[in-house]
Amino acid sequence: MTLILPIERIRDEDRPKVGGKAYSLASLWKAGFNVPTALCVTSDAYDDYATSTGIRERILMEIHRKAFADMRWEEMWDASLRIRNMFLTTPMPKPLKDTLGDMIAKCFAENTVAVRSSAPGEDSAKASFAGLHDSYVNVRGTDAILENVRKVWASLWSDAALLYRRELGLDPEKSTMAVVIQEMVLGDRSGVAFCRSPMDPSQAVIESVYGLNQGLVDGTVEPDRWILERISGNILSHMQPDRDRWVTPTVDGATLEDLPPEMAPHSPLNGEDVEAVYRAAMALEKHFGSPQDVEWTFREGGLYLLQSRPITTGTGAETGDDRSWYLSLSRSFDNLRVLRQKIEKDLIPAILREASDLKSIALEALSPDELSHEIERRSLVHKKWVETYWRDFIPFAHGARLFGQVYNDAVRPSDPYEFMSLLAATEMESLKRNRLLEDMASEIRESLELRQVLESGDPADADPSFLKRLDDFVSNYGQVICQAPPSAECRVHVCGILLRMAAARPTATVRKDISALTEKFLSHFEGKKRDETMEMLNLARASYRLRDDDNIYLGRIESELDKAVALAEARLLVDPGMEGDRGSYEELLSRVKKKAYVPQSAESSATENTDFDIRPRQLTGQPAGPGLGEGPARVVSKASDLTEFQSGEVLVCEAVDPAMTFVVPLCAGIVERRGGMLIHGAIIAREYGLPCVTRVPDATSLIKAGDRVTVDGYLGIVIFGLDATR
Amino acid sequence: MNDREGLILELTHLLNSQRLAVLSTHGAGKPYASLVSFAATPDLMQLLFATTRSTRKYANLTSESRAAMLVDNRSNEESDIHSAMAVTATGVVGEISDIERVEALTPYLERHPYLKDFVNSPSCAFLKLTVETYYLVRRFQNVVEIHMPS
Repeated sequence: MTLILPIERIRDEDRPKVGGKAYSLASLWKAGFNVPTALCVTSDAYDDYATSTGIRERILMEIHRKAFADMRWEEMWDASLRIRNMFLTTPMPKPLKDTLGDMIAKCFAENTVAVRSSAPGEDSAKASFAGLHDSYVNVRGTDAILENVRKVWASLWSDAALLYRRELGLDPEKSTMAVVIQEMVLGDRSGVAFCRSPMDPSQAVIESVYGLNQGLVDGTVEPDRWILERISGNILSHMQPDRDRWVTPTVDGATLEDLPPEMAPHSPLNGEDVEAVYRAAMALEKHFGSPQDVEWTFREGGLYLLQSRPITTGTGAETGDDRSWYLSLSRSFDNLRVLRQKIEKDLIPAILREASDLKSIALEALSPDELSHEIERRSLVHKKWVETYWRDFIPFAHGARLFGQVYNDAVRPSDPYEFMSLLAATEMESLKRNRLLEDMASEIRESLELRQVLESGDPADADPSFLKRLDDFVSNYGQVICQAPPSAECRVHVCGILLRMAAARPTATVRKDISALTEKFLSHFEGKKRDETMEMLNLARASYRLRDDDNIYLGRIESELDKAVALAEARLLVDPGMEGDRGSYEELLSRVKKKAYVPQSAESSATENTDFDIRPRQLTGQPAGPGLGEGPARVVSKASDLTEFQSGEVLVCEAVDPAMTFVVPLCAGIVERRGGMLIHGAIIAREYGLPCVTRVPDATSLIKAGDRVTVDGYLGIVIFGLDATR
Repeated sequence: MNDREGLILELTHLLNSQRLAVLSTHGAGKPYASLVSFAATPDLMQLLFATTRSTRKYANLTSESRAAMLVDNRSNEESDIHSAMAVTATGVVGEISDIERVEALTPYLERHPYLKDFVNSPSCAFLKLTVETYYLVRRFQNVVEIHMPS
């Protein structure tokens, strides 16, 4: 077993344990190219760590809680976060640490290094893992280097890497990781070169930025780009961006800074430099026998080659390779900061304004023709906001994830979701809505007269101030709760919920003292870094809040469209001889009428075809809200199932939709088929301190209405028939 | 394939992949466990096994026919925790009648051809556990009951 090797000692037969990156660096070194000093921590070291610490089996248990092929992206992210935390909190065994540490100290002393992934099999001609595994730059000192080696190992299990591996049909159980530790060449100008352009095989491409390459690779710094004729190296075009930022080294890594104004007008490379990079890239192509994707840097005029890998076959579109999409799931802090501005300053005010404008139109006064136009218009407005939801609101959810990673890296908590307590210190629309419900329920609890009026089924006789609050509530939230425009029926329905809430004990969300936790987190950062971290926390809170609120805002637009459609339908019903073109009116309605909320129904049961009676005894999912709760199951597969929801029941569903949140205060526990700690149901369950288990594969088909179940939110299991809370 | 069909398929694969099971019996208030060579009938309604009539398990079964049988696919590796499956079948054990014998011997001897002489020996009892319920455990803690038609 060879745990660590200098690149000059890597032989051909070592390739399976050093990975493509280390192997190609060794090959370049042997051929006399100018490459920085480097060591390779082989996959034997990873295997030794994974086996001796027991982390290998913990990872496999994590990713086998559910069939790997059935895991959704949120579930992958969740598993990935937990796995990353395992690496952060599991130190290297001493013999391994000593072996690696001695060699690292001898080779680099106090020089800074880059710590890069080199997973065996990752850079083949068919697949490229470029960017999917982590690299860390400007790391100094043996302990820090070893710590970053563990982080690179952890990135073998990032959500993007897991998804990509699943797409390629690679077995995660066979995954392993080697790591390259490379002397840091603090280049003043850096870039990449593609011997063959992905867009045009007759061309080559060179991109360059000032400072370190990191900004170019993660997309935060836009590069200068040269297109060259592949055969001759003649420059065909040079695209120049607004040069305003660069990445420079810091004491413990690298930072994005404003580019000094005097450098901005000048391209990082002159004609001779471009030619030098082109020649080096083509020499590498000749050396390896295939077109290469090369990372390079200039330091004091000398050109250093940092890594070289084969360009994968064809474009992503041809091969069905979605690596770029997986990469886009993770957004940088800067990218999210811009997105936040757009969402908070423009999109949310705009959606609220639009909903309010629509609401102010007196639909009853419109002629049939005008109503047709209004429905068309509302349909387009709704479509526009649905698109915005997917394009801007959903990607912004990454803010909470990014913060989770920063928190866990700094604090190393035993609970990888500790960070969520900091995010929850924020007001969500659905909680605001539930509090209004609880306030009204509390009034009913105290007034027998009010309760009797509501029980009689005619809320119109209630106290005027209560009635006004009730009507305001129905007007604002009726759409979400009743899945139909606010109406007298919806008002009666809300009264039913209030009466059930009044009969139960008062509910309240869990409020923790988060100031100590915040300080514990922030104490890991100083100066400017602390300010940046505080900003990241604020952004994460906004992201967390929006994950819930966006559905409610969109619900308001939907409600206004539904109102217009409902009016048109009513007119068709009462006035069959109405003016205008009846056919086109009907066509319009059928086109814009949306389907009511119907979650995926349970699959047909095999027991209908066989005589076997299958009953769950204990189902495994993911712990998403700690605690134990017991009660009869209420399996919700359509909106009307919610109207019957009784206090003390366990909510079982595909996923808690924001429309369902109002029953959460009545729940004894929550079970969801879908998984993910940052999905709506898990967030709300934590707010109410309710036991919650997500990612239970057969939840809605195996659990039957009325089954008595215990929700074990500590272990993530659902137990049938036994009251494990006693 | 839906969840239920998948489950039955997994159970079938598990039963067909193993040759040995742990049979649990009790007699005179004392529990007892023993390893038996078993085979499942194609409809999974019965688990067939053989034992000589002089054994403790046979004596136990004579006084109390209710029994449990555990079948699992563990490999005695760490990975068993996430990958091993186990099923416990509970039901009633009885001797296979002469009428049933020919039909029952086929699946049993297909699985255990080396037991032909043993099972045909006059001192040997050819038995069936008529399964009432299977308790299937997968992925460490996932437990499902499969109740058989009576």
